[in-house]
Amino acid sequence: MNTITPASAVAVSDRPAASARPTGFVHDTATVFVRESRPLVRDPFSVVFSLVQPLVFLGLFGPLLVGASGGDVAGTLQWFVPGILVMVALFGTASTGANLLFEMQTGSHERTLVAPLSRSALLVGRALKDVVPLVIQGTIVVLVAVPFGFRLDVPGLLAGLVVLAVFGVGFGALSYALALACRNRDWMFWMVHQTLLFPLMILSGMLLPLDDGPAWMHAAAAVNPLSYLVGAERALLAGDLGAPAVVGGVIAATATCVIGIVVGVRAMRKAH
Amino acid sequence: MPRQTVDMTNQMITARGLTMTFRSKGQVVEAVRSVDLSVQEGELVAFLGPNGAGKSTTLRMLTTLLAPTSGEAVVAGCDIRRDPAGVRRRIGYVGQGTSGGHTQRVRDELHAQGAFYGLGRRETRARADELIESLELGQVANRAVQSLSGGQKRRLDIALGLIHRPELLFLDEPSTGLDPHSRANLWEHIVELRRATGTTIFLTTHYLDEADQLAERVMVMDHGAVIADDTANALKESLAGDRVTLSFTTATDAATAAARIGGAPDGTVVTITARGGDRALPRWIRELDDAGIEVVAATHRQPTLDDVFLALTGRSLREDGAHAEASETESPADASSQHAAA
Repeated sequence: MNTITPASAVAVSDRPAASARPTGFVHDTATVFVRESRPLVRDPFSVVFSLVQPLVFLGLFGPLLVGASGGDVAGTLQWFVPGILVMVALFGTASTGANLLFEMQTGSHERTLVAPLSRSALLVGRALKDVVPLVIQGTIVVLVAVPFGFRLDVPGLLAGLVVLAVFGVGFGALSYALALACRNRDWMFWMVHQTLLFPLMILSGMLLPLDDGPAWMHAAAAVNPLSYLVGAERALLAGDLGAPAVVGGVIAATATCVIGIVVGVRAMRKAH
Repeated sequence: MPRQTVDMTNQMITARGLTMTFRSKGQVVEAVRSVDLSVQEGELVAFLGPNGAGKSTTLRMLTTLLAPTSGEAVVAGCDIRRDPAGVRRRIGYVGQGTSGGHTQRVRDELHAQGAFYGLGRRETRARADELIESLELGQVANRAVQSLSGGQKRRLDIALGLIHRPELLFLDEPSTGLDPHSRANLWEHIVELRRATGTTIFLTTHYLDEADQLAERVMVMDHGAVIADDTANALKESLAGDRVTLSFTTATDAATAAARIGGAPDGTVVTITARGGDRALPRWIRELDDAGIEVVAATHRQPTLDDVFLALTGRSLREDGAHAEASETESPADASSQHAAA
């Protein structure tokens, strides 16, 4: 291993020309999306495994809700399942930045930064990937609830999943932005994550109605985009596609998506 | 090396006044201070220096990962400021970490990497197969990166860096943390790559033997500046000189001998540093014998790059080795603390 061919003796002209070609944003986004999705395809069980939490809420919290409300099971599920779908979207995408955080620490993120990829595509491709498990999980939750009396409205479910997906892209992008800001400090990522997630969840009326809560809770819920998302999902899954609540939910999801992508892309552009 | 007379068309890297400063705890830290570089097509250059010397920061500027505070550089024909995408298309970069995502499979990562560089699907698959074969990754091609050994991970890093047949390959501490067998194996692959393709290679290392045996040219960096730049042999000849030690029966003999032929006595041993020490040694022994002083043992050692570093800085790189296992600067913020500590 000590013998080295002198540079002058190397037939440089024999070296095949570099083969990298310029690519565009759409190509790069698709490439990043495919790379991020491959582990899900290789190990689909991971998608099912992260369903444990929403199913636990459905199975353990649901019966309590039925008892407390005094209503029937089917009616309570009709109210509760849309909340669980939003929970899937919230928890699924909120922690997605942890994967990026890990890749930043190991070096594989650095490798993508040296590749001729658009910085925006690195963020958008990742955020789009998070939609895949979200849609699969949301569908499974709904299907699990059907035998217990949940009335399935297919167009409503599809519309509900689209709105959730739009929200998920934005919330996932915010999670990546948080990861980029917390570089080398995972504890800070998880601290912000935990501090924000539960208040956002409770103040959305996702698990329990806020009607009986104090006025300040109503005020907080009014500025929580998740409240509007939960309201919209309840209307959509009931098949009421024209309900006023849908408009609020679509606006909240779109706003989350736009803000998330803008903040995320900005963070990714500054990344090194 | 007559770098000044080099034709610009053969230049793979030219950097002028490359500087990286940042603020840390209210102080301005100069991680890299006005570095000039010139690397020709086909060269294998080693960047040698202690941790925190600014090697990685320089590499990160040349590979467009960090924007320099001032200065400019043209890498593989593209300006790092004006055409970073052009630089990225033409270079391969193997950083200090693991390039493969831990949940990704080896072959999947190579396919993703091909797409990152705009290679077509068929070309990517063919190139991935080729690299899996040449870097001996066949047995782990369908395994997740996290299940690979250190040596296998490093070979995958190199395969990822080569997917688009770059003209220039940057390797940041390629063999740090590997066991001796994996190190030797990795180097066989790097040497073979160069033999087969003539790829220009620019690497950083703090392993003296690696720089000494493998690089045609060594740049020594310390405290953010390049303090020497030549072939390992030329550096050793001009800066270090041979080490000759002569042992005597008594300290008096040693002192008398040192007075006659030079050198520093230490007990019964005299150490002399001199160019052409191998030819001087028999002459010294004869001369001392004629004077009635018996030389009981003699050793001659060719200088190492560590001697060169010692001559240049008054410090040994090996002393640095004790805390050298931690990887070098990940970010400018880290560079500051390490730089200050070095």
